Amino acid sequence: MTLTEKLRDKISRAFYSHGLFCASYPIPIILFTGFCILACCYPLLKLPLPGTGPVEYTTPVKDYSPPPSDPDREQRDQSEQPDWYVGAPVAYIQQIFVKSTISPWHKNLLAVDVFRAPLSRVFQLVEEIRNHVLRDSSGTKSLEEVCLQVTDLLPGLKKLRNLLPEHGCLLLSPGNFWQNDQERFSADPDIIKTIYQHEPKTLQTSATLKDLLFGVPGKYSGVNLYTRKRMVSYTITLVFQSYHSRYLSSLRARLKLLHPSPNCSLREENLVHVHFKEEIGIAELIPLVTTYIILFAYIYFSTRKIDMVKSKWGLALAAVVTVLSSLLMSVGLCTLFGLTPTLNGGEIFPYLVVVIGLENVLVLTKSVVSTPVDLEVKLRIAQGLSNESWSIMKNMATELGIILIGYFTLVPAIQEFCLFAVVGLVSDFFLQMLFFTTVLSIDIRRMELADLNKRLPPEVCLHPAKPAGRGHRYERQLAMRPSTPHTITLQPSSFRNLRLPKRLRVIYFLARTRLAQRLIMVGTVIWIGILVYTDPAGLRTYLTAQVTEQSPLGEAGLPPMPVPGGVLPAGDPKSTFSIFPPDASKLAENQTLPWESPDIQEPQDHLEGAPHSSLLDIGPGPEVTWGPEDEELWRKLSFRHWPSLFSYYNITLAKKYISLLPVIPVTLYLNPQEVQHQQEAQHYWPLKPSGSGTAQGEDQGQAFEGPSRTQVHGDVTLYKVAALGLASGILLVLLLFCLYRVLCPKNYGQHGASHGRRKRGDLPCDDYGYSPPETEIIPLVLRGHLMDIECLASDGMLLVSCCLVGQIRVWDAQTGDCLTLIPKQGLRRDSGGVFDSQESWEQLSDGGKGSLEELGDNAQLRRLLGPPQPPLFGDQPDLTCLIDTNFSEQPQPPPLEPSQPEPRHRAGCRRPHDPPGYDFSRLVQRVYQEEGLAPIPLPALGPPSPVPSFHGPEDEACSHLEKGSPVPTWTPDTESSVWSLDLQGNLIVAGRSNGRLEVWDAIEGTLRCSNEEVSSGITALVFLNKRIVAARLNGSLDFFSLETRTVLSHLQFRGTPGRGSAPSSPVYSNSDTVVCHLTHTVSCAHQKPITALKAAAGRVVTGSQDHTLRTMVLASGGQDGAICLWDVLTGSRVSHMFAHRGDVTSLTCTTSCIISSGLDDLISIWDRSTGIKLYSIQQDMGCGASLGVISDNLLVTGGQGCVSFWDLNYGDLLQTVYLGKSSEAQPARQILVLDNAAIVCNFGSELSLVYVPSVLEKLD
Amino acid sequence: MAERETASSVPPKCGPYISSVTSRSMNLVIRGVVLFLIGVFLALVLNLLQIQRNVTLFPPDVIASIFSSAWWVPPCCGTASAVIGLLYPCIDRHLGEPHKFKREWSSVMRCVAVFVGINHASAKVDFDNNIQLSLTLAALSIGLWWTFDRSRSGFGLGVGIAFLATVVTQLLVYNGVYQYTSPDFLYVRSWLPCIFFAGGITMGNIGRQLAMYECKVTAENLIKNEESKNMFLYRKKKTPRF
Repeated sequence: MTLTEKLRDKISRAFYSHGLFCASYPIPIILFTGFCILACCYPLLKLPLPGTGPVEYTTPVKDYSPPPSDPDREQRDQSEQPDWYVGAPVAYIQQIFVKSTISPWHKNLLAVDVFRAPLSRVFQLVEEIRNHVLRDSSGTKSLEEVCLQVTDLLPGLKKLRNLLPEHGCLLLSPGNFWQNDQERFSADPDIIKTIYQHEPKTLQTSATLKDLLFGVPGKYSGVNLYTRKRMVSYTITLVFQSYHSRYLSSLRARLKLLHPSPNCSLREENLVHVHFKEEIGIAELIPLVTTYIILFAYIYFSTRKIDMVKSKWGLALAAVVTVLSSLLMSVGLCTLFGLTPTLNGGEIFPYLVVVIGLENVLVLTKSVVSTPVDLEVKLRIAQGLSNESWSIMKNMATELGIILIGYFTLVPAIQEFCLFAVVGLVSDFFLQMLFFTTVLSIDIRRMELADLNKRLPPEVCLHPAKPAGRGHRYERQLAMRPSTPHTITLQPSSFRNLRLPKRLRVIYFLARTRLAQRLIMVGTVIWIGILVYTDPAGLRTYLTAQVTEQSPLGEAGLPPMPVPGGVLPAGDPKSTFSIFPPDASKLAENQTLPWESPDIQEPQDHLEGAPHSSLLDIGPGPEVTWGPEDEELWRKLSFRHWPSLFSYYNITLAKKYISLLPVIPVTLYLNPQEVQHQQEAQHYWPLKPSGSGTAQGEDQGQAFEGPSRTQVHGDVTLYKVAALGLASGILLVLLLFCLYRVLCPKNYGQHGASHGRRKRGDLPCDDYGYSPPETEIIPLVLRGHLMDIECLASDGMLLVSCCLVGQIRVWDAQTGDCLTLIPKQGLRRDSGGVFDSQESWEQLSDGGKGSLEELGDNAQLRRLLGPPQPPLFGDQPDLTCLIDTNFSEQPQPPPLEPSQPEPRHRAGCRRPHDPPGYDFSRLVQRVYQEEGLAPIPLPALGPPSPVPSFHGPEDEACSHLEKGSPVPTWTPDTESSVWSLDLQGNLIVAGRSNGRLEVWDAIEGTLRCSNEEVSSGITALVFLNKRIVAARLNGSLDFFSLETRTVLSHLQFRGTPGRGSAPSSPVYSNSDTVVCHLTHTVSCAHQKPITALKAAAGRVVTGSQDHTLRTMVLASGGQDGAICLWDVLTGSRVSHMFAHRGDVTSLTCTTSCIISSGLDDLISIWDRSTGIKLYSIQQDMGCGASLGVISDNLLVTGGQGCVSFWDLNYGDLLQTVYLGKSSEAQPARQILVLDNAAIVCNFGSELSLVYVPSVLEKLD
Repeated sequence: MAERETASSVPPKCGPYISSVTSRSMNLVIRGVVLFLIGVFLALVLNLLQIQRNVTLFPPDVIASIFSSAWWVPPCCGTASAVIGLLYPCIDRHLGEPHKFKREWSSVMRCVAVFVGINHASAKVDFDNNIQLSLTLAALSIGLWWTFDRSRSGFGLGVGIAFLATVVTQLLVYNGVYQYTSPDFLYVRSWLPCIFFAGGITMGNIGRQLAMYECKVTAENLIKNEESKNMFLYRKKKTPRF
């Protein structure tokens, strides 16, 4: 034993015991595993939620210095700084927030004056800022030195070239609309148009140019003709490269000095750092989506291979959960041990899943499922595990090796990936062994329980007295069954519910309960809630704003109602409070001394005047107030505001941060005088206060032109949104439809033959390419026929087969014994009949009768009762010795033969002692006679040889018999082969090609009667309750009736008048005389040969080659490959289905579906009520018609030396059973299903009797 | 070339069974089209991956840049992938050793995912130097082959394709038809052969999987012909009198 083998053995043993352990304690193990997963995932809570919103972090302004670029870890952990707060920010942003209003408001001011004058002041302000220079001991610092210098705009932004600064400081203000040129501004006839000209026409989430330049959200700016607030606010945005505290404070102090803000309570102590996540652009999204699609395809293709389990979906889910939670565990473990994931989780996730893979799980399932079903669940799990242990370990070792190689590439990203993969692999192995195995064991246990539950009721119904077990299979049931298998009881349509496949049921369940939608909705609501709450522009800030607004300070946020100007005269402009006249800024030198702390006291002195003066104003302008909501107005901007601004200069903020300095408030009060001299240039309509009368009505239309236009704009946007929503809805529906088509296993109707055909020699598989574990069963082989078996018939107890030469054999369907042999008549005439000894004949009849009488007894008892029956096992070679003894007794019977009172036709009467090889021996008997009398077994030829010398005396006996036996009918041509067979009770009806109808006794092998009136071959037969219906090749239907008489009689049959009297056949019988009447004939039922004939419930259904179906037809198949569904009662065609490329060869109905097979070797299953093709099964060559229905949902098909079991409702291949090695080459041409779950397969010249217990246990 | 050969060699063998011929060539065409589409799609996606690294981070119109840069690249990739995908099963058939290793769609999907991953790595991961990048990618490609193919013919074909494609690219770049943003080895990126090799293996894998359907179809056709003949004879035998 080599080392490998030892290792292998050990691993296998370890897996075995592990499997036992898992299957024994499923619940504790699952709980333990769940706990492990949760424990390992706990560190994940620290990781941030996935999302692209920016994150912020606040530090005090005092003693601020940029964080070091390489911080030591401990310090960061203490201070709870975020990970990204490292190094200097991309930029410092200083916003100078200007609020400006005209005070007092004069009644003859125009609407446009509300923002014209305030906007005009921006140019002065920008000048002031640009010229601000800090002079201190260390020298001078101007804005140019500290600000962020920008270069060209991106080439794609040509239209913004004049509006955004280039080659200089990044300083944004509304003045940029006019290139910071006061002249242009005053020359501009329509300010609104200028401002809005770059607004996007479409819906856009990113920042617009107006927002960028104004620095405040659009609705706060007040640049609007329809505003009532009459207050304009905008910001001047300065972007600094570096933080220069003294310069900033001097700038702040100076601006406050120049434009003091009264009642300003802004806290200016916090610096806000905003970190931006990585942007996901469309360029990155497409590959990402592709990888995810590939991932889902992989998962789909993998999980659909799971089969033969109770719940496919459950196991598939378990498999996916295994992989996913192993990944989560790996991330959690890595985080626990200090490795922070730097890779983009969403990007590497698909690759990790693919690397870890679902293969092991599937292999495990397949291995466990293919273990013998009769084992205990524990043992099955253990065995399945240990079978696959070696390959699992090998695969895992290989993968670990590959990943370790990857680890030594020394590329950080790959190393990290490999680390995750290794930990993921190990945890995946752990989960497979504990979690998945246990789930599998639970599933298999459930399946067995379900099987048990489902199997019990029928057993109880059928055999109330019998103990539940398998014994009932061996018991004979009544040969005469009250209902024929063809009886189809059509339920009312409301009761006819097709049993849906599990997949569909799951989907229906989901649809009914709307579980998925609800879950998704709840998830989305929670997600949105979290995002809204944590978003910088979101609920949290809004709530704080709300809270503060309720305080009395915030009350002033509501603008006072505009008082009609006409009522109150305009106040004296002189008394308007104005700290600095407009040209005051020119007086200032634009220089400030370094102030350590800006003196706010002085402006506050002025402040006191403000309310006072506003009281004096009769038409008060809106008071400029500063509330806490102004402190961080930038939060109300789009979160893409800063990234898009920087992106114009090709600076990315992704994974970086910017620092926002506290805003500098600037308040501007303008007096109307100043405003009015500006207004002269243009003719503008005066503002009409909304409360005033109807004067100047014609102007009103013009005045509201602006707002109405924006309204129209809003309407268009609304329509666009609606259209977009509609389009996305349609897309979603299409997507769902596609998804449904992918998920739905059965593509109705269009399922072509190109898909499912399996290659010869390949494993049989179903439409999904899945081949279940095949098993092998040694069937009971019924050998004896020389040629191919042509017809088969059975009534459950007896099995009658007929081969091409016309030899009929009767078999016991339970044991496979050949009970009777009815040889071909032509040969018989040559070689003579075979007569047995009277004893043996009696024994046989005893046995036969016994078998019929002892219906209720079990098989063993019956065997005991029938002592001469041991040779029943005719195909066992060792029975030749019995034949030998028989042979020695042979001389005795001949004397008895002639002494029999009546010459009986015991043509086929063979004792079971005579093995099935009899016919063959007769053919070669001459040879044997020459060679000697010794019994020669001929194993090479299949059946054990009978006693060749047996025929010597028999020939004489036969010839003797034939002389004395008046058998006028036994002169047919040698070609008369049996074309159809049917069986009921102990009577066999055989229809021959020469038109002869023969009734045989199945047990005794005697010809009871025959009818040869019509010479057209009988193509189909139905034997039903003493009535025989024969369909002939010429399309006529003959109805016969059988009568049993106890008296010996010689009957002449009447021929039908149309056909003239045919020679009648006398029938001899000793005890019961069976008489066959031709009651009537339908001479031209069809124009062409009748191919199919079914009888049910007193009606007869026929199918013919002439594509017509006469009388009562349920379903008919024609030569053109079409199937018609007929109403039995009305005769109307219910539906017409084009089914096969060739002829339809056979049709079977179950309560829910129709199964048809055609010359194209395709078995199609149709929904009976709708006529929709559910699916089709591709058969092996020559096995097209070999199908049988075991129960309502189990279909058996034949293949090359095997039979396959299909679930009718699902179209799934359940199992393939190989019938021994010997019959491998032979295709199963015909399949006959017996009552007792035995299946008779016709493999050319031999029959196989298959009991399929394992499959029936799997039945659900 | 090889496809035409097989296509032309089929009809005489099949003789009068025209239907089988049409279905066979139809099948070939369908396979080719499918492979072509896959190739185009992969080329577009991978091109997107590649340009992510070198273009400006906020390209004004990404989609336009994909199609404008070199419109002929995706069709070329598609054609090449179709040829490769048809060549692999063809060579398998000629060598008489059908590829049986992991012949299922889930494995193919895995292979494609790994291929995209290799591209992703080459585009996104920061390597110290190009030799390291090339070596890593080579190891990954060989690993791909070993995991999903393991056939000598596949390896040989992959190497051949990689060599040929690299030479073609070299010529194109040398003549200035196409350009790389940062060539590091004689005008082209040095990891290109590895990508080509992995791509060849992947497309071969897809092609083989698709060819399995074709095998099934042809086997079915042959069987059907045989069988209809049998059935014909059988029917003649069965209705001699009529």
